[in-house]
Amino acid sequence: MSAPFDLTDDSVVVIIGTGAGGGTLANELAQKGISVVALEAGGRHLPEDYINDEWPSFSQLAWLDKRTTSGGWRVAKDFSGLPAWIVKAVGGSTTHWAGASLRFQDHEWKGLTHYGEIEGANLLDWPIEPAEMTDYYAKAENKMGVTLTNGIPGLPGNNNYKVLEAGARKLGYEHVSTGRMAINSQERDGRSACQQTGFCFQGCKFGAKWSTAYTEIPAGEATGNLEVRENAHVLTIEHDDGGKVTGVVYADPAGNRHRQAARAVCVAGNSIESPRLLLNSASSMFPDGLANSSGQVGRNYMRHMTGSVYAIFPEPVRMWRGTTMAGIVQDEARHDPSRGFAGGYELETLSIGLPFMAAFLDPGGWGREFSSAMEGYENMAGLWIVGEDMPQESNRITLHAEEKDQHGLPVPNVHFTDHPNDVAMRNHAYRQGAAIYDAVGATRTLPTPPYPSTHNLGTNRMSADASKGVVNKWGQTHDIANLFVSDGSVFTTGAAENPTLTIVSLAIRQADYIAEQMNQGML
Amino acid sequence: MTTPRSVRSMTRRELLSSGVAAGSALVVGGGFVAHSTEAWAMEPTTLSPHAMATLVQMARDIYPHDAIADAHYAVAVKSHDESAAADPAYARMMESGVRVLDTIAGNRGFPDYLGTGWELDRVKILRSVENQEFFQAVRGGLVVGLYNQKEIWGHFGYEGASFEEGGYLYRGFDDIAWL
Ligand SMILES: Cc1cc2nc3c(=O)[nH]c(=O)nc-3n(C[C@H](O)[C@H](O)[C@H](O)COP(=O)(O)OP(=O)(O)OC[C@H]3O[C@@H](n4cnc5c(N)ncnc54)[C@H](O)[C@@H]3O)c2cc1C
Ligand code: SF4
Repeated sequence: MSAPFDLTDDSVVVIIGTGAGGGTLANELAQKGISVVALEAGGRHLPEDYINDEWPSFSQLAWLDKRTTSGGWRVAKDFSGLPAWIVKAVGGSTTHWAGASLRFQDHEWKGLTHYGEIEGANLLDWPIEPAEMTDYYAKAENKMGVTLTNGIPGLPGNNNYKVLEAGARKLGYEHVSTGRMAINSQERDGRSACQQTGFCFQGCKFGAKWSTAYTEIPAGEATGNLEVRENAHVLTIEHDDGGKVTGVVYADPAGNRHRQAARAVCVAGNSIESPRLLLNSASSMFPDGLANSSGQVGRNYMRHMTGSVYAIFPEPVRMWRGTTMAGIVQDEARHDPSRGFAGGYELETLSIGLPFMAAFLDPGGWGREFSSAMEGYENMAGLWIVGEDMPQESNRITLHAEEKDQHGLPVPNVHFTDHPNDVAMRNHAYRQGAAIYDAVGATRTLPTPPYPSTHNLGTNRMSADASKGVVNKWGQTHDIANLFVSDGSVFTTGAAENPTLTIVSLAIRQADYIAEQMNQGML
Repeated sequence: MTTPRSVRSMTRRELLSSGVAAGSALVVGGGFVAHSTEAWAMEPTTLSPHAMATLVQMARDIYPHDAIADAHYAVAVKSHDESAAADPAYARMMESGVRVLDTIAGNRGFPDYLGTGWELDRVKILRSVENQEFFQAVRGGLVVGLYNQKEIWGHFGYEGASFEEGGYLYRGFDDIAWL
């Protein structure tokens, strides 16, 4: 049974957020016998609650608190109040995620070294050597049951995959597979095999897809060392005169405020809420926000270079049947500046249902050009482009000067503009994506703009030099020894790969570090 | 669609003959919009029947699917009457938006928007107002209002929820035959 801890118990580690980073860290610490209180703004939804219907599922799970947008990205115009697609629930965005679980390529840990200075980009090397991550990646893959690792067979290819694969092979691409997916291709860990329902983005009703909601969290609770307090929205982090954090203040659904004391605080609210929380916790001692002596909190916001290509064929594809994202072409993931840009990208199968297609195919589009594309829905195949985008200081999360949320705190503004490298890479990817489908007889291809961000990264980045980032190589803030960041916001650069496997690996690694620091009496 | 009592008390023939044919198949009468062949009618509470009929036509012109009945477009725009009932400023915005469409149509030699015979001509009228709040409210509402109607998913081949059927593992997730 999970232990309820007292609000005044200052021996607990408080984790804010229970997604990929927070949920993993909570379990890892609990397994080591460390007392943990995990505070989660959302409620607890489990497979029996998930809904196979896009909009109702979105209302059930998505983070819908007020946010604003600015910058040159099209999202600011088409979805001005919805910069990102992030979950507010126990399990965080691992409820919605598709399961693609790729390791970084070695050179991607050292962006500045390999790409060189790029004008307008705030490139930096991660303060981590690729070899340091090998064991942690292996642990994460085992924990998550990633296919094509640990002897786990790949998922069977669905219709959407078969179209992608056939086209990619015709173009001469070689690294084509159903990919490394944290989705059970066979029963494992008491969770069932994938039944190919096609609603991975709505929460997996079979529990075949790894999500901290029904893996890490209950495993941690079973130790008796972890208490997950849901519907607990953290508003500020408090510190003492010595500059150490001492606890957090959170609101319950009735709006009542509570203070949970803490020995250490780990922030894992995803890359918009985490920097917002640090900024909202400004005090006379830290007037620019906690852990912000570098001025980098909220900056270098990355969202991956993304886009989609849908293609219409003379015959049905029915891409919505089966796994949403189990299909990948990796040949373009390499760094090869002869293509006209630094870094690389992956092409992954993607399907969205008819309701989301209407919203995302060409936001704002109308007339027969649009509706005739919708008419082709049954005959469509689709892929998602995910590539490395350039960190830019001016792409950032700031506190809105006037707008307040339901708790009276300034809402976050998300400012983003593509770097020319991002644009060049996207255009290349649009061409290659269309060529794949043209090669197998597409009659029309639809280069679709990026959706609200699903990969939110970089806003509390890791750096060796305390003046260039917010946290050190362990995710510990440079300024405050008992304040950690444990989510995707620590990414120094984004790499071409979907981020979650790396977030989970870093969380496992951070748990080891925190335990060691505690043993040494440093925390 | 709910058929209002006043309308229901008339026979269908009486109802249709009491109104005026507006555009293709819509009939606008005292307090109602009806359809000449589909069995539905609606009685807006706040917006005029003419405005309502115009919104239905506009919805089809924005997202034209020739095999989808007007009834679904009517369902998709019905919420504007509800919003108008709750907010007089919204009602004024809607009514004046329709008047603008009619005025532009008039300037181009058509009786009004509904009386503009070809879709191409109506679309040209809409293009001229597409950045205005009125147009954006109607178009924006349709994205969910139209495409999220389960009744029309079949037209697109979309099968909706699959969990209850056990997913597609044994129901054709990999059945593509033409590749
Ligand atoms: C549709 C979709 C598909 C995706 N597919 C993939 C994929 O295939 N592969 C991949 O690698 N990644 C994928 N992702 C991205 C992946 O989900 C995220 O990168 C990952 O979950 C981020 O982990 P995180 O710990 O940073 O944040 P999250 O998992 O988002 O967790 C943050 C948690 O913190 C909580 N929180 C925030 N603020 C507060 C607060 N103030 N107080 C209390 N709690 C708070 C939130 O409610 C949330 O539960 C996908 C995302 C989406 C939306
Ligand atoms: S397709 Fe498989 S992994 Fe995705 S939601 Fe369905 S059962 Fe779960």
